[in-house]
Amino acid sequence: MQHEKNYTEINMASCSRAQVISLYRMLMKESKKFSSYNYRTYALRRVKDGFRENLHVDNPKTLDMLINQARENLAVIKRQVSIGHLYSAQRTVVEKEPHL
Amino acid sequence: MNRTLSRKLLGSMCGISSPRLSFAQSAVNTVQRQKELIKSRELEKDELRPLYMDFQATTPMDPRVLDAMLPYQVNYYGNPHSRTHAYGWESESAMEKARKQVADLIGADPREIVFTSGATESNNMSIKGVARFYKAKKNHIITTQTEHKCVLDSCRILEAEGFDITYLPVRNNGLIDLKQLEETIRPDSSLVSIMTVNNEIGVKQPIKEIGQLCRSKNVFFHTDAAQAVGKIPINVSDWKVDLMSISGHKIYGPKGVGALYVRRRPRVRIEPLQNGGGQERGLRSGTVPTPLVVGLGAACEIAQQELEYDHKRVTVLANRLVQKMMSEIPDVVMNGDPDQRYPGCVNLSFAYVEGESLLMALKDVALSSGSACTSASLEPSYVLRAIGADEDLAHSSIRFGIGRFTTEEEVDYTVEKCIQQVKRLREMSPLWEMVQEGIDLKSIKWTQH
Repeated sequence: MQHEKNYTEINMASCSRAQVISLYRMLMKESKKFSSYNYRTYALRRVKDGFRENLHVDNPKTLDMLINQARENLAVIKRQVSIGHLYSAQRTVVEKEPHL
Repeated sequence: MNRTLSRKLLGSMCGISSPRLSFAQSAVNTVQRQKELIKSRELEKDELRPLYMDFQATTPMDPRVLDAMLPYQVNYYGNPHSRTHAYGWESESAMEKARKQVADLIGADPREIVFTSGATESNNMSIKGVARFYKAKKNHIITTQTEHKCVLDSCRILEAEGFDITYLPVRNNGLIDLKQLEETIRPDSSLVSIMTVNNEIGVKQPIKEIGQLCRSKNVFFHTDAAQAVGKIPINVSDWKVDLMSISGHKIYGPKGVGALYVRRRPRVRIEPLQNGGGQERGLRSGTVPTPLVVGLGAACEIAQQELEYDHKRVTVLANRLVQKMMSEIPDVVMNGDPDQRYPGCVNLSFAYVEGESLLMALKDVALSSGSACTSASLEPSYVLRAIGADEDLAHSSIRFGIGRFTTEEEVDYTVEKCIQQVKRLREMSPLWEMVQEGIDLKSIKWTQH
């Protein structure tokens, strides 16, 4: 029983780790699509700093909450990226190449 | 350029002897002279957008705020005061949720928040409302010379109604003198109104001490916290504030919405400005605009979560800007106290350079000299005048605004361009030449031709 419990826990932990990494990648991928320079740079920076800040969180409840938050933010970013494309404007002077 | 020079010389001459207008009048100077120097012109289709460095004028909406607002613009469009159907109920629930979000940010109870159309309306409501309600026994109001125009104009109107207003002067660093405030408070003072963070020079007033003082003397304390909410930690109970104005579009929320905090214990009574169906506790009738208040609530919640992160970042960027600027060019003055300030509002004066010409030269960066509401007239800002800035320095001041979305690249670009243009403009200035030769400009006797 103890053995099984440990197995489940380890499974959950590694599942969470993979989840977290995949969430991070998805968030960064979507954030790159913002057409506004300021929103794009903010999203990329904030996601990176947010994940770095919570690198050492152990508590599973907190982890769950953070993962859910990340999922919600991903949905927001996806929606707002689309809106940005619908109503896009010119590039700003510091942007080096046309945003793809 | 000739014109710029002659204006500069005139400025040096007139600055010494021109009579000081009563600053309340000059501050609300309604002679809006056309700004001929910077022609307003919209961007061409393929022209690159300037960098936005004017966060005190307004802020872009955070994408999370827009995301919260859209459902209420599209499908959940009910009137929050409709009591008989789901459209009304869902709208009301959103409005109350937003109310709680705003209250949590400032440490208040949701019942103490009144939604308005912005900080200007909140300021008008509190100043005129308190003054008129307590008119029978109390006739005196105290404010400062560096307040926002809406506060000064409201006081001017009250003066015409027969109230007695004292406009406290500020010291050279922009802060008020607490001793002077204490001496000014009279038994018939009903309200003290002092803004938390100034929108032009970024100084932070000692609100906690002022609140303590006002509570001990039994005077209501109103603060215009439009530039402070969501940027520095605020607690209305700690600070003993009775009324506080909040603006949506200064904290990455929508334009056209704001809030007023009205204390319930001890109760502050206000005579309402806008009468009607009794919404918002009878203090501000009118349908509450659900999408806008949802946006304001979301903006407040985000601001609370991001406060520390944003503040740290803005401080780093502001220091970077100021250090670089001051190390590369001489004769740059920062207006306002260097410590008691909000770092994101940097007001610099570049001696021997005209503010307007510098702004024109920096056309790739969106900046301002003086606040947005005074920039139509050619007079230097009354705030700079109140802190005792030299007339010429007041004309050469630029306000750099740094916010949540500012990047290092933008700061570096701005600083580089600014340094370049200041050097170029100084090369062309005969005053600068004279200074280089060691002539003391104040000793020159200018003659008329």
